[in-house]
Amino acid sequence: MLEYFIQGLYIVAGVLFILSLAGLSKQTTARMGNIAGMVGMALALIATIADSLFLSATQPDRQSVPVTLALIVAVLLIGALIGTPIARKVEMTQMPELIAAFHSFVGMAAVLVGFNSFAVAEGAGGAVHLVEVALGVLIGAYTFTGSVIAYLKLSAKMGSKPLTLPGRNLINLIGFIVFFALMIWFVIGAEANPTLGWILIIAIAVIGFLLGLHMVAAIGGGDMPVVVSMLNSYSGWAAAAAGFMLGNNLLIITGSLVGSSGAILSYIMCKAMNRSFMSVILGGFGSDGGTVVATATEEGEHREIDAAGTAELLWNAKNVIITPGYGMAVAKAQYPVADLTAKLRAHGVNVRFGVHPVAGRLPGHMNVLLAEAHVPYDIVLEMDEINEDFADTDVVLVIGANDTVNPAALDDPSSPIAGMPVLEVWKADNVIVFKRSMATGYAGVQNPLFFKENTQMLFGDAKQRVDDILKALD
Amino acid sequence: MQIGIPLESQAGETRVAATPKTVAQLIKLGHTVLVEKGAGTLASYPDADYAAAGATVADGADVWAAPMVAKINAPSDAEIAKLREGAVLVSLLAPARSPELVAALNERKITALAMDAVPRISRAQALDVLSSMANIAGYRAVVEAANEFGSFFTGQVTAAGKVPPAKVFVSGAGVAGLAAIGTAKSLGAIVRATDLRAEVAEQVQSMGGEFVAVKAEQQKSSDGYAKEASEAYNKAAAEMYAEQCKDVDIIITTALIPGRPAPRLITAAMVATMKPGSVIVDMAASNGGNVEGSVADKLVVTANGVKIIGYTDLAGRLPTQASQLFGTNVVNLMKLLTPGKDGEVVFDFSDVVVRGMTVTKDGEVLWPPPPVQVSAAPTAAVEAKPAEDPAVKAAREAAAAKAKTTRQLIWSALAAALVVLAVTFSPASFVGAFTVFALAVVVGFYVVSGVAHSLHTPLMAQTNAISGIILVGALLQLGSTNIAVLVMSFIAATIASINIFGGFLVSYRMLGMFKKEA
Repeated sequence: MLEYFIQGLYIVAGVLFILSLAGLSKQTTARMGNIAGMVGMALALIATIADSLFLSATQPDRQSVPVTLALIVAVLLIGALIGTPIARKVEMTQMPELIAAFHSFVGMAAVLVGFNSFAVAEGAGGAVHLVEVALGVLIGAYTFTGSVIAYLKLSAKMGSKPLTLPGRNLINLIGFIVFFALMIWFVIGAEANPTLGWILIIAIAVIGFLLGLHMVAAIGGGDMPVVVSMLNSYSGWAAAAAGFMLGNNLLIITGSLVGSSGAILSYIMCKAMNRSFMSVILGGFGSDGGTVVATATEEGEHREIDAAGTAELLWNAKNVIITPGYGMAVAKAQYPVADLTAKLRAHGVNVRFGVHPVAGRLPGHMNVLLAEAHVPYDIVLEMDEINEDFADTDVVLVIGANDTVNPAALDDPSSPIAGMPVLEVWKADNVIVFKRSMATGYAGVQNPLFFKENTQMLFGDAKQRVDDILKALD
Repeated sequence: MQIGIPLESQAGETRVAATPKTVAQLIKLGHTVLVEKGAGTLASYPDADYAAAGATVADGADVWAAPMVAKINAPSDAEIAKLREGAVLVSLLAPARSPELVAALNERKITALAMDAVPRISRAQALDVLSSMANIAGYRAVVEAANEFGSFFTGQVTAAGKVPPAKVFVSGAGVAGLAAIGTAKSLGAIVRATDLRAEVAEQVQSMGGEFVAVKAEQQKSSDGYAKEASEAYNKAAAEMYAEQCKDVDIIITTALIPGRPAPRLITAAMVATMKPGSVIVDMAASNGGNVEGSVADKLVVTANGVKIIGYTDLAGRLPTQASQLFGTNVVNLMKLLTPGKDGEVVFDFSDVVVRGMTVTKDGEVLWPPPPVQVSAAPTAAVEAKPAEDPAVKAAREAAAAKAKTTRQLIWSALAAALVVLAVTFSPASFVGAFTVFALAVVVGFYVVSGVAHSLHTPLMAQTNAISGIILVGALLQLGSTNIAVLVMSFIAATIASINIFGGFLVSYRMLGMFKKEA
């Protein structure tokens, strides 16, 4: 009876998770989707707690019911006490780091669950079970170190330059071959000899750790949006693998939901950057940009403008488009930008935002920042929606974006970013680029936009400069 | 520097090279301005207004003695004699067509800047007199036509009967042509236009006109001006013009190729087919005319009652406006020449605009300047690529797409076979789990593929929280009596629950920020 009740709850939770993801794909239903996910999770936890307590009550080789209950309550309390303040306090600009850190938790949990599953031999048992354990541990370990590296890179605790070891593809390939060899050995020898089994499963985990470390370290900071979403996908597969080990359908459903949705999200990103999906999955991508840096230095003369001049241009403009990039996040300029937008709109200027799919360090990062600063989301448009309109635009403000507005992507077939769709800001009458210096962007490519005749540079901290413009408008 | 603004001497000239407004702007750049008495009278700018703007109103002799003189028309020989040796002259010069003038200026070591030799690049538009004057002339051409035309431009339905709208045909969609299209359209006429350059069709449509293409090979412009056309093109064009002549009421021709006689677009025979009372404005009459029978500066009425207007002073017929625009062009030139805004004139020949306009300097003839490529035109690099036949390209793409589909089909079939094999030799529990897995993957794929870009981050936080479901696995292991298992599952459960609480909350917080405009 209880078992079927639990399964029933699991089914409801699974459906709620599906509805949750479906809801989150549209603005109007997003809140509902979020709540559906929470309810689903609550139901799943209730069912699991009941199950766990029931097992403790009926099976002799488990802790007593009160001890189990105490442990569960302790776990949830610690989780809530740590998770809630993080979620409340985190700056929207730090969102990428936070999500990467959370991914590493799932990865680590999957490794530990895999170890346990091997220790107590739950689920199906036999060869299939051992394969599942090996796979789960590998994916979990990979997700853990990959996410940790992504976290370190995103929070600037580690250099964002891609690590390019000689023959890195070969290293990865050897890693996988060794994994397969170990897995086969593990499946054959583990049941007869548990000690050998432990050595092998730990070796598999180490391989996973090293692979995650190496693959994500080889990816340049500029390509992090895709990496974060790939790791999201991996964390899902890790959960699904755990589901296979434990014979738990809810874990399988949820894990594969997250896995496939993360994969499709990465695929969307890849298309936006004109990258091959395979090269991302295999890691090591984004390194091409790093090597061409030295050669792609097309110099020219740039012109400067001051804040007062910018203010005047904006005040007299009819159509203004703002294209934000990671630099806006770094300078935390989204609040003054929002004020500027409000002021200009009150004056009758049609201000809109053009967001490149890979602007920022996380898919949709700019949208979240602008939303945080109370910019109405219906004036924040995607690249495809707004690219046609640049020709009719009087002023474009490029705030902290570089590679996403680089005309070389379209004009220069030898450019490392050639073929990547970009915001065609240079078609506007005036382009004002907010920049700290004339340094290159993350891809390390010089930007001919800065030397165009209709481009003017406004140097300095983006927040400071936007504040200056606001003052000039008063 | 002191800038002299003389009274224009050419007969019928009504314009002046500076207005009170532009005088003030010149003074702001650090210059002083001398305006000849009565220079602005015909353009409705009295001397008192110039004085009020900060200029000194002076006699002709003083004005011509200034170190810089800005005027509309090229100076006469007598005027050149009055210029101080080594002075700077800014005016229309048509250097390509007047070598004697260039020689005469050079003899006096004049630095001559031709306002009509501005390179056609976007940055230089602010000082392009040809554009600003053509704009005015195009407007005025329509006004002149309307003045001579015996009917409405706009269609009306009145108690006294229905009036059809006039049909206007504009030849040449340059600045003048586009201005004419816009003006005629705003008077209510049906406007059609043609041009050698097929790429301007969009501009014609943007002004409210309908583009009539010549059915022959197209021409691309690399210097911003139209070029002379080929034999086959001319034949096709003639047919098109003949057809339009029979249909329309007003024709405005603007076809001028710099430094060449104007192309003959409309023959007397075509004019003869037009309706009586029709009006033709030939804006190229000064260079020989686009229309057979047009006479410069005259209104000619043909035997079949068609009026051909050949006025060459169309811009001058709006003297106030024309002077203001010309004066502003001069101010923009001075901005380029006085970068320090201190009245110091600097000639920077690395600037293609300054170089292009300078005809003579320090006793040296600098005309013609090195060619400048217009940024707006398609670059040579693009054209150099061998143009692929569209049919061949389509066929190649179709073949590639087909090959790709075949490849995908083979891979899918292989994958399906592998799955079937794996499931066949698996224990029962795995089969059930695998079914669930396969279906969930597909569901996840479809559920997320339509996600709005702006929601990527909240979605990721949400899926992240959901993948904390691994907590379920850890919780079940939590009751174990094996201490190692207990510790590991405790850690696993704790970090997974941080994930769940943190992920859901952060997603909730972000979604709360997305607000639609009230």
